[in-house]
Amino acid sequence: MSLKVVRGRVLKVGDNVDTDAIIPGKYLTLTDPKELGKHALEGLDPNIPNLLKVRQIIVAGRNFGCGSSREHAVLALIGAGVKAVIAESFARIFYRNSVNRGLLAIEVPGVRGEVSEGEEITVDLERSVVITASGKTLQFKPMPRELVEIIEAGGLIERLKKGLPE
Amino acid sequence: MQSLTAKILAKASGKNRVEIGETVIAKVDKVVIHDVTGPITLEILEELKYPVREPEKLYVFLDHYSPSPSISASNIHKKFRSFFKNYPQTKFFDVGEGICHQIMVEGNVLPGEVVVGADSHTTTYGALAAFSTGVGSTEAAYAILTGRLWFKVPEPIYVNVEGALSRYVFGKDVILEILRIIGQEGANYKSLEFLGSGLKSLSMSDRLTIANMSVEGGAKNAVFPLDEILIDYLKQFGYNLELDKLADLRPIEGVNPDITINLSRLEPMVARPHSPANGVPVGDVEGLKIDAAFIGSCTNGRYEDLLVAAEILRGRRISSDVRLVVTPASKRVLIKMLEDGIARIFLDAGAVVTPPSCGACFGGHLGVVGDEEVIISSSNRNFVGRMGSPKAKIYLASPATVAASAIEGRITDPRRYLR
Repeated sequence: MSLKVVRGRVLKVGDNVDTDAIIPGKYLTLTDPKELGKHALEGLDPNIPNLLKVRQIIVAGRNFGCGSSREHAVLALIGAGVKAVIAESFARIFYRNSVNRGLLAIEVPGVRGEVSEGEEITVDLERSVVITASGKTLQFKPMPRELVEIIEAGGLIERLKKGLPE
Repeated sequence: MQSLTAKILAKASGKNRVEIGETVIAKVDKVVIHDVTGPITLEILEELKYPVREPEKLYVFLDHYSPSPSISASNIHKKFRSFFKNYPQTKFFDVGEGICHQIMVEGNVLPGEVVVGADSHTTTYGALAAFSTGVGSTEAAYAILTGRLWFKVPEPIYVNVEGALSRYVFGKDVILEILRIIGQEGANYKSLEFLGSGLKSLSMSDRLTIANMSVEGGAKNAVFPLDEILIDYLKQFGYNLELDKLADLRPIEGVNPDITINLSRLEPMVARPHSPANGVPVGDVEGLKIDAAFIGSCTNGRYEDLLVAAEILRGRRISSDVRLVVTPASKRVLIKMLEDGIARIFLDAGAVVTPPSCGACFGGHLGVVGDEEVIISSSNRNFVGRMGSPKAKIYLASPATVAASAIEGRITDPRRYLR
């Protein structure tokens, strides 16, 4: 799998979107991403799971994924078909979970002011840029090589399948 | 001067010193999983088929759905029991034993250790001068299989505490004040390190609450230094630690604090919906009508929490318009509250006393809130939908403030009930 270029329509959300909003507590006995995905971001707005069928890049404000360590939050977004989350900033555990599960999570300061709801944007990992519909490019800090490798491998577990470290 | 976190991580990664921002591979002393995040960990362990590396270092808890409220939760529990039958050395805590974080601090974590848990409130053990942090289910599996994990050495935020807490002001009020100052992501990727002359006014119960909720500011961990208060606390669990032998964990001196909290001036705090960082002095929200009240959780379900709530409720009744749910954090706490008559005080006051569980705090069971209801809670999060209906409003406060509010049926300053 290569993640060099990802393209999709934008779903915009605000600051401090917490893990209870991404996947409410009542669904935590589920572990199947597809099932969890039916409720992705339902805590924010019950219409979002439907919107995610056509808008697969989430553009968020600050501190996306704050709160609980529940990996279900990342699984729900993956299960809903989300291709990438681009945020002004991420909460720490959510970010680690994203990398470990192979969900592309990119920090782009100022991104919320630059793209509109429903707009088609492109993420180019090779060049470390987000390209808006009008062709404007937003630069982000390149992801560390090790993290890109984990994401490209499909997550930490896929890596572990190749054997335990020394 | 190295932060306490840096010193602990250096030792765990076999180095003399580490720099802030440096990535280290640290040996993990203990791993915690439970019945919400653990099922994903189990799926990974089953899929990979590698054996659990050091089963005696793994702590497994059936605490969120304790006892099970649903068939799906029961099936998860069944799977856990069956899987860990193969690992008799693993510390397995079935339903009714208590909340993972409370049990871990009842003699299962020691100063200087590195502990990770598949739960964000794993930060709690920093009160015991340990490095502890929350991880995802996948990383918990990685730590279980390899005995180690990578960490970026976090930048410290030095919190200086001065003065002494007034009566009916607690660790909960301290952390709500810190969160008000730093905001919901003010400590993201960082460590909260506590120092100052006010430490001697903070009991272990206060420190555990503060470390527990440090994650609501995004903190990777929080850490209190080793002092006489911690050494005394550990004695009840059979540990007689000597300060001299753990000099590395002694309070840090000569650093410029980033934040100073004057404990003497602090008032009871209440965090308004929908963020734990929305704290205000209780006077700003006093009189607001409530439908429900909750005392419990890994944040504030300890014996000291129940004791002060009982002191306020003794000989009184809660408002007929309010229901109060009291959930002790562990079986040890429950036994103590039964033995010394506190349970009876709650029952006589009109409260519901439940078995130990994460229960109401995460909207799981044992007191879920309905549409448009207003609850005041001693727990840790007031996000939309956290305790049940997304239309409910959650106010966070100390057990004393919750107890006083339950009597009045309105948010109330607990100092009105000082005896």
